[in-house]
Amino acid sequence: MEIFLQQLINGVTLGSIYGLIAIGYTMVFGIIGMVNFAHGDVFMLSAFIALLLLLLLTQVLGLPAGLAFVPVLFGAMCLTALWNFVIERVAYRRLRGSFRLAPLISAIGMSTFLANFVTVTQGPNNKSIPPLLDHIIPLTTGGAYDVTLSYKQILIVVVTAILLAAFWFVVQKTSLGRAQRACEQDAKMASLLGVDVNRTIALTFVIGAALAAVAGCLFLLQYGVVKSSDGFVPGVKAFTAAVLGGIGSLPGAVLGGLAIGLIETLWGQYFSSDYKDVAAFSILAITLIFMPSGLLGRPDVEKV
Amino acid sequence: MSAPQPLLSRAFKEASLAAVIVGGLSYPIIAFRAEPDFNNALALTSRWPLFFIFCGLGFGLRFLLTLWSGRPKAARGEAALALEKPGATSKNRWLAPLGLAALIAYPIVILVVLGPQAALKWVDTFGVQILLYILLGWGLNIAVGLAGLLDLGYAAFYAVGAYAYALLVPLTGLSFWALLPICGLLAAFWGFCIGFPVLRLRGDYLAIVTLAFAEIVRIVLVNWDVVTHGEAGLFGFPPVTFFGLPFIPGPRGFAAHFGLPFAAVHKLIFLYFVVLALALLANFVSIRLRRLPLGRAWEALREDEIACRALGLDTANIKLTAFALGAFFAGIAGCIFALRQGVVSPSSFTFNESATILAIVVLGGRGSQWGVALAAVLIVGASELLRELSFLKAIFGPDFDPAQYRMLLVGLAMVAMMNFRPRGIVSARQPTITLPPVGGRA
Repeated sequence: MEIFLQQLINGVTLGSIYGLIAIGYTMVFGIIGMVNFAHGDVFMLSAFIALLLLLLLTQVLGLPAGLAFVPVLFGAMCLTALWNFVIERVAYRRLRGSFRLAPLISAIGMSTFLANFVTVTQGPNNKSIPPLLDHIIPLTTGGAYDVTLSYKQILIVVVTAILLAAFWFVVQKTSLGRAQRACEQDAKMASLLGVDVNRTIALTFVIGAALAAVAGCLFLLQYGVVKSSDGFVPGVKAFTAAVLGGIGSLPGAVLGGLAIGLIETLWGQYFSSDYKDVAAFSILAITLIFMPSGLLGRPDVEKV
Repeated sequence: MSAPQPLLSRAFKEASLAAVIVGGLSYPIIAFRAEPDFNNALALTSRWPLFFIFCGLGFGLRFLLTLWSGRPKAARGEAALALEKPGATSKNRWLAPLGLAALIAYPIVILVVLGPQAALKWVDTFGVQILLYILLGWGLNIAVGLAGLLDLGYAAFYAVGAYAYALLVPLTGLSFWALLPICGLLAAFWGFCIGFPVLRLRGDYLAIVTLAFAEIVRIVLVNWDVVTHGEAGLFGFPPVTFFGLPFIPGPRGFAAHFGLPFAAVHKLIFLYFVVLALALLANFVSIRLRRLPLGRAWEALREDEIACRALGLDTANIKLTAFALGAFFAGIAGCIFALRQGVVSPSSFTFNESATILAIVVLGGRGSQWGVALAAVLIVGASELLRELSFLKAIFGPDFDPAQYRMLLVGLAMVAMMNFRPRGIVSARQPTITLPPVGGRA
């Protein structure tokens, strides 16, 4: 029971990170109907940017690590957003109106490029930082296994919740969100009514990247280690989360993220940790085959 | 003539902006590198010269680009309008037989010119390897190029073929020639099993599901130690023989039988001709099928699935044949791979492998046989050449490993192709009638 509770906590933490990445997938899919395959690598890139900024602030400027975390978070968000803005501009913008698979193929190329760009510039090895914020709160004591909750885990869940609320507000209440939803429903009509479609799409990429950067920072905080091949598998899992939650639906993305995080940790605990990726990939296949609209998504209507 | 001055200043402005953006992109990731120091803690080393080179490149390229695109229209030349004339095809009539003759002569010429020892590398890496990728490219081309099914898990079928050979040889004792079609059929069967549930999905979902399946296959190969020996892989299966004659130095070997001096390259030359024959088979099958109703249906499906369904085509079955046939050729290629490598391990069948094969098809122009062959030569040849460029180490320092740039360039090439020449380096077969693009997503 204690182990189950502990894995539940770990799963929710991991799931929050997946959820943050999944929002990027789900938004881009919603607005231009494209699987942004490079998003997982944008997440990995943001973790690297955060790592470098953290080292820069702590080693060169001598800030304490706890204090440095906030500027690192903002710096990583801004720089990753710039990256994704340029990626959208360079790799995807020209492809609207090209044949259907063109953006996906371009995104696969971009994903390969990003993963190898980081390998080339930073080396293929694991980069680990000393643990930050490693206070823990024991939840149960005296049993065979002590369940603990760390400050990091609280921080991760709280940050995810706050960002989700803020983001929900943006999409539902602001003019940007309205423009986004309009483009999602009918880009051509929206542009006829004076919505700058290109700008809206670019902003969607920027927001998605900023959230991925938050996920990257939290990932670095929680696990303390990142390597250049870390974009692929979390990326596919976050995409699974987006699909499971119903692609195009924001609460669905977070819900799916939590579900994937929980399934992965529990599967790793009770079945086999070697095959824990198989669990996530199987869910992806099963969801797409049997329940393509996911938990909260609308059924996909094919327009002729 | 008021153009030059504003143009220059505009170019300068845009170039400065580009430099700032490149600077922002590369600020931490290029300007610094984190490496573990003696205490195993990460330490930063700065690379400011590299950073400024990148910013300068961004500035210079943008400056030139703005100047170039800002020139008056007439000065730019009409190169973009020079479309290929229909008459150009008559020239191609001699291309195929000539190319074939060159391919057949290639290993023999290499052997005669370079001698048996130096010929090894040329026949193996630039011969067998490139042909293997051409075979894979033509196989994937059936699914991606003809039927428009983006298969991101092609390496899984490749792996099925390779592992089928490596596992079945000790188990059944059958020869290579008997196992070759079995490997292909097994891979096709897997393609059928995987394709059956997923081919109802829309294009990009299909791509992701095939990717997921390929990863599952790879993870199983890594972890199912009892059968696959995990990361170490399978090895020790018997090498290829010339219809029963082994390629060994002794009196019962191939060389002695034909009165030739023994050379290791004989085996590779034989393998070369086997792959060549199989690649030509794949080519022949896809060219012939294209003219049959099935191939026509594939291409129609690629252009417009809804219209096909409206016309009463059984889209699921049509897709399934393309998918399984593509998988069949991957299985055959896997079999050859096992023979050539002598060892089969999961690390050969990662997503990078699928991406490389996909890049070959994309560069070749989804559907063009010539294009795919040319792209395979380009990609495999370029990555082999990168390995050879050791003199770059002298310029960039001992840490510089040119082979690392292979996948980086493959990725960039895919993005560039989609943006600038989505129909491939060799212009692809265009559908006979095209509609003007309607815009938006269909």
